[in-house]
Amino acid sequence: MRLTLMADEIALAVRDLAVHFEMEQGVVRALEGVSFDLRSGRTLGIVGESGCGKSVTARSILRILDRPGRVVGGSIVLDPGSSGSTDVLALDPNAERMRAIRGGRIGLIFQEPMTALSVHYTVGNQIIEAVRQHSDLSKQSARDRAIELLREVGIPRPELRVDAYPFQLSGGLRQRVGIAMALAGDPDILIADEPTTALDVTTQAQVLDLLRRLQAEKGIALMLITHDMGVIAEMCDDVAVMYLGRIVEYAPVETLFAAPRHPYTRALLRAVPTILAKPRQRLATIGGAVPHPGARPVGCPFHPRCSEVIEGRCTAAVPPPIPPGQAGASCFLEVPG
Amino acid sequence: MQCLLLQDAFRHAPDRAGGAGRDTNAHAYLMLSYLLQRLGLALVTCLFISALTFIIIRLPPGDFVDAYIANLTASGSSVSQEQAEAMRREYGLDQPVLVQYVRWMGRVFQGDFGVSMVWRRPVTEVIGDRLWLTMVVSLAALFLTWAIALPIGIYSAVRQYSIGDYIFTTLGFIGLAIPNFLLALILMYLGFRYLGLNVGGLFSPDYVQAPWSWARVWDLIKHLPLPAAVLALAGTAQLIRIMRANLLDELRRPYVVTARAKGLSEMRAILKYPVRAALNPFASSVAYLFPYLVSGSIVVSLVLGLPTVGPLLLQALVAQDMFLAGAIVLLLGVMTVIGTLISDILLMWIDPRIRLEGRA
Amino acid sequence: MTAADPVASAGQDRWAEATQLRLTWWRFRRHRLAVISLVVIALFYLIAAFADFLAINDPHATDARRSFIPPQAIHFFDENGFNPHIYGLRGVRDRQTFQLVYTPDPNRKLPVRLFTRGYNYNLLGLIEMDIHLIGVIGAQRGEGIFLLGTDQLGRDLFSRMIVATRVSLFIGLAGVTLSLVLGVLLGGISGLYGGWVDTVIQRVIEVLRSIPTIPLWMGLAAALPNSWSTLQVYFAITIIISLIGWTDLARVVRGRFLALREEDFVVAAELAGASQGRIIFRHMLPSFMSHVIAAVSLALPAMIVSETALSFLGLGLRPPAVSWGILLQDAQNIQVLSGAPWLLSAAVPVILVILAFNFLGDGLRDAADPYG
Repeated sequence: MRLTLMADEIALAVRDLAVHFEMEQGVVRALEGVSFDLRSGRTLGIVGESGCGKSVTARSILRILDRPGRVVGGSIVLDPGSSGSTDVLALDPNAERMRAIRGGRIGLIFQEPMTALSVHYTVGNQIIEAVRQHSDLSKQSARDRAIELLREVGIPRPELRVDAYPFQLSGGLRQRVGIAMALAGDPDILIADEPTTALDVTTQAQVLDLLRRLQAEKGIALMLITHDMGVIAEMCDDVAVMYLGRIVEYAPVETLFAAPRHPYTRALLRAVPTILAKPRQRLATIGGAVPHPGARPVGCPFHPRCSEVIEGRCTAAVPPPIPPGQAGASCFLEVPG
Repeated sequence: MQCLLLQDAFRHAPDRAGGAGRDTNAHAYLMLSYLLQRLGLALVTCLFISALTFIIIRLPPGDFVDAYIANLTASGSSVSQEQAEAMRREYGLDQPVLVQYVRWMGRVFQGDFGVSMVWRRPVTEVIGDRLWLTMVVSLAALFLTWAIALPIGIYSAVRQYSIGDYIFTTLGFIGLAIPNFLLALILMYLGFRYLGLNVGGLFSPDYVQAPWSWARVWDLIKHLPLPAAVLALAGTAQLIRIMRANLLDELRRPYVVTARAKGLSEMRAILKYPVRAALNPFASSVAYLFPYLVSGSIVVSLVLGLPTVGPLLLQALVAQDMFLAGAIVLLLGVMTVIGTLISDILLMWIDPRIRLEGRA
Repeated sequence: MTAADPVASAGQDRWAEATQLRLTWWRFRRHRLAVISLVVIALFYLIAAFADFLAINDPHATDARRSFIPPQAIHFFDENGFNPHIYGLRGVRDRQTFQLVYTPDPNRKLPVRLFTRGYNYNLLGLIEMDIHLIGVIGAQRGEGIFLLGTDQLGRDLFSRMIVATRVSLFIGLAGVTLSLVLGVLLGGISGLYGGWVDTVIQRVIEVLRSIPTIPLWMGLAAALPNSWSTLQVYFAITIIISLIGWTDLARVVRGRFLALREEDFVVAAELAGASQGRIIFRHMLPSFMSHVIAAVSLALPAMIVSETALSFLGLGLRPPAVSWGILLQDAQNIQVLSGAPWLLSAAVPVILVILAFNFLGDGLRDAADPYG
């Protein structure tokens, strides 16, 4: 059940989030001091290559990080401005308070609609369960609410579809069901972990439209994780670019696309194929590959692949993090001297 | 939650414009065809068993009448040539094998399994309670297997690498390694040597010959745990491993994360979702556990001296009392097939994909 | 950009170029328990091959006067220093039963030495020998080392157990080979050709799986004519046991073939014009070889237990054949057993072998397909 928040007010404040994975080969630092805000009514895009820590961030916020992952530092504060502010990291992940938040204040939308829903229970059963987890509704009322939710996400004939099994629905419909389920607890924060990656382009557009509409109607703070710059351009108000567990650039979307400040962002934007390019022009790529988080380069994590690397500085130290709430890039190019 | 099969299928109004999946009539049809398929298979199996049994009956050299005569002669009486011929005609022994088989099956369907040569009484009388007791012990073992393997398997997967997990894994290996009759033997020896009592048998001395009463049933129940446990051990160990392996697989899957993200408690999320998914391979393994248990009960009941079909079968085989032996083999086989069929049907109830699409 | 590490990339090349079998072997080596089991099994088969050499007394020699002698310990030291010896036996008339009972006599020491002469046998079936690994010098009639005691007929249990290893293990092997042939053949046909052939074979397998095996075996085994020789009985039992065992192997093979049929490399081979045979043997076989080996090593203990169970019941092998099951037959009677618990000692190799094969099979299965 969400509190009524003013638009633009910070719903969730993440500060210096650090996550380690204890593997037999050693400790892998998956997230190193990640900070950002989620504001109600606004969409924050988190973009980066595979392995940069986007999903780990989402899981950490909901405290469903699997072993051997462990949050080792930072804070994740819900409603930071109000008297009822809570640091989610201070809560016991399995206790009632955290579980009320999970689904009730923060909802999660998944990437793979094929596998995110259990095939053993009907769609209705799974949504009703989420509804009843976060409300006191009777079975019948919960069922009505579930049908209502299905209708909201644009599923035709919801009163019939509510008794369908996931394997009887198409991918696009399943993703909508996933969104309905995430909304079941009436959260004010939604985390969408690559919600359109597994869908074809047409369905992708429909789902994005749906998300935008829902956000407008309910004033939800949306955190959209993706590796697709096109989705970022279309959906987001602010963007955080992640690389190897750190945010390397943070900016409003127009600024990011018009004047990117970090070499990585610049390279990402260059790599997007454009219809305006000359025919037979080579696709730009970013040389090298993302290093394994366990084999982190010394100094700035991006420097081995950076075309604007400054010898001596970039190899020696890690660039300072971006102050939370402000636009900027974590790069020595930004630092005078 | 899940309703019973037919209700679920008929709950929606028929919707040809592509409603919630398929037509309800299609549901019912698919379920029925699956059921009929399993039933047909069961019938074929029973037929096959009957044929095998008949071969076993006819295998020893000489025919039944010769053996009968030999038996009678050994005990002092004699049979005249005409009597022998009459018996031969009665049992159709002068006819081709196929005819004999058909006639034997005919009699079997009427409940006439022939006469035991050793006991000189109808086979059904000799078998008496023993068949039911065999089933009771096997079912008890099956129940025990489920009751133990399921929770321990779940625990082992959820608390992987914990001390409990290691202990159960080790116990499991020991359970797998010791054949059930050896375990029974060792337990009998230990019970006799150190406790001075006979740990075998299904009844206390008072109740062995007594007629059936509630008290006798209770006595039986009190004696069931040991034989059931001995029988169940290997199967339980096996199933724990299966459950553990499958659940470990399922715990990694995205839908488990979805469940947690909804705010469900850990226990609720695990029991409702991945356990349910891991239940499929678990249940289908159990389906074929029943023949193994019935099989095992034969040898175990010999060691533990249980009044089941096992010791009787051995006696019958050694004495070449073929009608008795054949009847036991046939009845055992048929009951096992029925048991397996029931587990198949239960499996159908568990997996909605079979129910709705006719296949796993 | 970090420079390519020559050592690391050489290792990677080795890894990339290794054949399926090599990879499986490397993965297998990491399961220590499975490797130990492999060694244990190899030891068992060695014992089986050299059974007579390792045995001490003639396994078939009976002597009623030395029945139920408890296991004798070898004493390694005496007043002269290191001098392995056992105590000889002295006949003593039991006061209560008036039976002659052999008891160890400390006054009579018999030296125990390696490589002594004992009963005659044929090493590996070819060379006639009478040297045994351990033996006693100066034994009089009826005496010897009875490391595990004697049975009712006065036969040395230790020697019998060693000799039984040969029979029990090789029946297992023979049975599994038959099952393997049947299983691979039928499973292969089923998986490769699909269609109604597959359906029929599948149904047959399901029918066989729902039959309780032991009563049927008992029936078939009991029906074997008494006049058959030990060897004939031996073979018949093997065939009977393997007739059910093939279903598991067939299912594994079928499953593999079904999966492999869809693999791109098979389609590529077909498109390149390779013959069926070539595709099967050159392309598909290496992929599922390891699975089959794993399934076989898991099926072996079942065979051994089946023979043991049948012989235990008296329906399997017949004397004078010696197998673990036959040895355990003597332990059936609780009264007898409580007086002579060493009769149960044949249970130990049975349990060990089953454990070893199970660990081995598990290790092989994990190595063959870590994700399967």
